[in-house]
Amino acid sequence: MTAQELPITGDADVVRVRQAVRAAAVEAKLSLVDQTKLVTAASELARNTLTYGGGGGALVEQLDNGLRKGVRAVFHDKGPGIADVAQALTDGFTSGSGMGLGLGGARRLVDEFVIETAPGDGTTVTVVKWAR
Amino acid sequence: MERLPILKIGPMLLVSIQVDLRDDMVIALQEDLADRIVDTGARGVVIDITALDIVDSFTGRMLATIAALSRVLDAETVVVGMRPAVAITLVELGLSLDGIKTALDVERGMRLLSSAGGVGR
Repeated sequence: MTAQELPITGDADVVRVRQAVRAAAVEAKLSLVDQTKLVTAASELARNTLTYGGGGGALVEQLDNGLRKGVRAVFHDKGPGIADVAQALTDGFTSGSGMGLGLGGARRLVDEFVIETAPGDGTTVTVVKWAR
Repeated sequence: MERLPILKIGPMLLVSIQVDLRDDMVIALQEDLADRIVDTGARGVVIDITALDIVDSFTGRMLATIAALSRVLDAETVVVGMRPAVAITLVELGLSLDGIKTALDVERGMRLLSSAGGVGR
């Protein structure tokens, strides 16, 4: 498996993204706990793409840096973007109906977390989890 | 839309989640459970999440909401069967599930409700 692009336009797509990330994590031989953390982070981010980004997509791919295998997932939308990223990453902050743990929580569950966004310019969140 | 079945067992309701949860199913479950508690006069609700390989903040909030609303309707909720990896992830995510009773499996969950008083008599 190399890279897989999945649309995120409805609740069923969030489930499909979770399944694709799980399959990639199993393939990369992540531990069960690390698989669970990555899939949970992916679920949060896919829902953000849908709810706040107005839909978008996810790119799921396996990584191999010669020493370790891993999984990268990129969530992208062309939505309104995030004006205050620091605030959005704060636990308890929510502009929607969630618990405000989505973005900050997802960051804690992965090894690498990069967010690129600007008001009116959409949001792209990239997460990586490596096998230990 | 696919809905989660709610089984009545004596004075309790049992929901055993066996599918990949979509958000719309989660929302429907809250409403269905509230209706069933009132219709049946159930005193306890057991939610079995043995088959769930993740619980994210949305599902966690659903469990907290169900626990709170069942309490208002005079029923206790117990969440059973959480996998160890799910528990580790939930805590790291920042979700402590305060106020939710848990048990390791359905049997223990039902026993917990029975001993809590009211249920099972």
